[in-house]
Amino acid sequence: MTKFKPLVEYQANKGLYELLPFKFEPLSEDDVVITNFVGEFAFISRDELRATVNKNLDPSSKTYSLMRSRHFIRELGDEASVELLGLKTRTKYSKLRNFTNLHIFVVTLRCDHSCQYCQVSRQSENRAAFDMTIDMAEKALAIVFRSPNPAIKIEFQGGEPLLNFDLVKHIVLRAKEINETQQRDLQFVITTTLSLVTDDILAFCKSHKIYLSSSLDGPEDLHNHNRPRPGRDSHARFVEGLERARSALGYDAISALMTTSPASLTRVRDIVDEYLKLGFDGIFLRHLSPYGFAIKTKSYGAYNVERWLKFYEEGLDYIIEINKQGVRFTEHFAALMLTKMLTSNDPGFVDLMNPSGAGIGAVVFNYDGDIYASDESRMLREMGDTTFKIGNLNTSSYEDVFTNEALLGPLEDSFTLSAPMCSDCAFEPWCGADPVFHYAMHGDVLGRKPESEFCKRIMGVVKLLLERMRSDPQVKTIFMGWANRC
Amino acid sequence: MLTLSGRVIRKSEVASDTKEPGLYSLSTNATLPSPLREMKAFLARDSSTAPSGFKRYFALPGASLEGTPPEKITRLGPEFDYFGDGDVVSLSPDGRIRSIFRANSSHNSILLTEQCNHYCLMCSQPPKRVDDSWLLNEAFEAIKMIPRETAEIGFTGGEPTIYEGGFIKLLEHIKNWLPQTSVHVLSNGRTFADEKYAKAYAQVDHPDLMVGIPIYSADASLHDYVVQSKGAFDETVRGVLNLKRYKQRVEIRVVIHKQTCDGLPELASFIARNLLFVDQVALMGLENIGFARANIDTLWVDPIEYKDQLSEAVQILTSYGIRAAVYNHPLCLVNADVFPVYVKSISDWKNEFAKECEPCLRKSECGGFFSSGIRNGYSQSLTPFL
Repeated sequence: MTKFKPLVEYQANKGLYELLPFKFEPLSEDDVVITNFVGEFAFISRDELRATVNKNLDPSSKTYSLMRSRHFIRELGDEASVELLGLKTRTKYSKLRNFTNLHIFVVTLRCDHSCQYCQVSRQSENRAAFDMTIDMAEKALAIVFRSPNPAIKIEFQGGEPLLNFDLVKHIVLRAKEINETQQRDLQFVITTTLSLVTDDILAFCKSHKIYLSSSLDGPEDLHNHNRPRPGRDSHARFVEGLERARSALGYDAISALMTTSPASLTRVRDIVDEYLKLGFDGIFLRHLSPYGFAIKTKSYGAYNVERWLKFYEEGLDYIIEINKQGVRFTEHFAALMLTKMLTSNDPGFVDLMNPSGAGIGAVVFNYDGDIYASDESRMLREMGDTTFKIGNLNTSSYEDVFTNEALLGPLEDSFTLSAPMCSDCAFEPWCGADPVFHYAMHGDVLGRKPESEFCKRIMGVVKLLLERMRSDPQVKTIFMGWANRC
Repeated sequence: MLTLSGRVIRKSEVASDTKEPGLYSLSTNATLPSPLREMKAFLARDSSTAPSGFKRYFALPGASLEGTPPEKITRLGPEFDYFGDGDVVSLSPDGRIRSIFRANSSHNSILLTEQCNHYCLMCSQPPKRVDDSWLLNEAFEAIKMIPRETAEIGFTGGEPTIYEGGFIKLLEHIKNWLPQTSVHVLSNGRTFADEKYAKAYAQVDHPDLMVGIPIYSADASLHDYVVQSKGAFDETVRGVLNLKRYKQRVEIRVVIHKQTCDGLPELASFIARNLLFVDQVALMGLENIGFARANIDTLWVDPIEYKDQLSEAVQILTSYGIRAAVYNHPLCLVNADVFPVYVKSISDWKNEFAKECEPCLRKSECGGFFSSGIRNGYSQSLTPFL
């Protein structure tokens, strides 16, 4: 029998490897996390990092094997690693090819609520001033179906879209009519507080498979405090509407979003409990946006990102505890981040895309016919700034809108792989460009990263997620489940 | 344990002129219409009068075959009592008989060659450097004789793709002759690193074809060591990529032993990150036979010692939506979280139980052991379910 050769015969001699592109970020005095541009990562010590870079890694060490299998280094003759990096890069950016999926129709600015942090809504009976017209809607639909994306999502926003439900109906019927020849994967979502939902509305939603995206800020007192309406009954109306909507449309057809107001900061467990009680299998712990009334009413300034991160950490740990107790419950912001960290997929979340999702991930048709690059862009407009207006339904063609310098300029200037500080950042593969936020805060689309609240928030959340999955294998398992749910 | 290959007692009652190895499709039907008899060999079990007109007669102990021309009779020992209707056997001039296909088994594999460009530490079919391309010719013939309703056939080696175009032709052949039969190929995948070869394989356009390709570790050096071939990992991975580029079905096969068990979770992560599109990942216990016996000190680990790594690997794969399957493990040596992907899998002809298993209540769910394991040593941690 031929002799078998030992393992060492198959290992390279010391120093015979080359570095593949990677970046790193210290986690403590002794430890770093290193990442590559497809978002794979490894925890190593500073000494190991130094050895890697100096080509002193011992080929028989575990670290060497890890660095090679995760494509941070390669040996002479390793072709598969480069091929795989290419494949994963293409996968990561493959959604760009499809272009715009989300089309937001602001069918009215009128609302029955007067939330302190709301960016846009109006208390008004004046339909003419704040409602979208049928003519505008028709023109918007013509643009929607110019998108090359095989999947089209039409989302109705407000104000409270149910206050202009006749237009919602019109748009749904017309879109379906157009789609008979277009054959896209067409989806509808109405963003609504559910306070005005009637059985007729639900019947219409049922027959056209319309999803409802609603708002729940927490237990009754907190929710009603955040979301005042005449009668102070927002929470009760939500609970009642939720029950009816679930019966009519199906349990999973209604989702809820929360916003962290200053009053929420000490209440994260109560908020999560409320979601659990109402039968949700996850929650999106959302920070406030610096737009509209949030700034006007000083809500946004009421807490800084450090305080929000504390709130988030407490919430995340509580949710992890719930999962450990055997109930599958997802924190959706973490799930979005983890999808980027643990898989080669990009969830396509507009705020975390690079290039930015503005315009190419989502586009907004405002009630007055103006077209904006994102929901945040039209909120900025409500503060009197039209920087991100990329067209008007009366005057702009599809080509005008999507080749507008007001869109292309910010996309290019904020591209994270070339943005100063972003391009060096170890977390860049998991992050996104947010030109609208940075413009709103710093006056230009790039922003000043050391001062950026966006940057601090993402860095904080990423470090938290890394730390939790590193120190507890059970958390890693829970996180893998979340990552593959998006 | 069945004897798949052995000597006949007497190849022929009288000296015959047949020198070529011959393939025979067996029939036990004494009333077979005569046009079909010329193509078939009659398998005689008892003393009833043998029907005339068959191409050949195989006589098990107790068969009389009175009146049959003696040069047409081959006498078999009792070890071939399992032969049955529809089986295909090969009889060589020197009196060796081999079972090529067993109609009442769902585990039929056709050996295409014993040549291989790997020399795996645990190879159950140690490679030989001899021209055995007659095996490929035999496979072409056997496929014509295998019943059309056969559910599945495996092609194994050695490395089937060493025939290059010849192997592609065989796939076209089986697609045409056995269009309803699903085909499973065992290959180390390296030949597919040549994109042209992957394309030719894909162009066969077989309706139900899967190739099982081994990746033993995310650590390329360790994989290369296990298969005893430098650069194997890189070529195999590129082979898998090319096959998936042409939308071919690929199963990753991992044999778990002392060299590979610790790396199972990292391998599962590697597959999830890089090869998410594979169709299945099979995690298999070691078969203590062939080279594995020679290298047993290097390879043997009681499965109970890696049960947590196995669980973690399964958990990672299933989290990412990859179909995982655990083969060749006794049920009592895996954690309960593996049960959903546990497969009772050992080929029927080599599955047995240990004496410790006698009182176990879950034997019917258990994959049991390779017969070789019963002979050559097995886990001392068996705990029967009572």
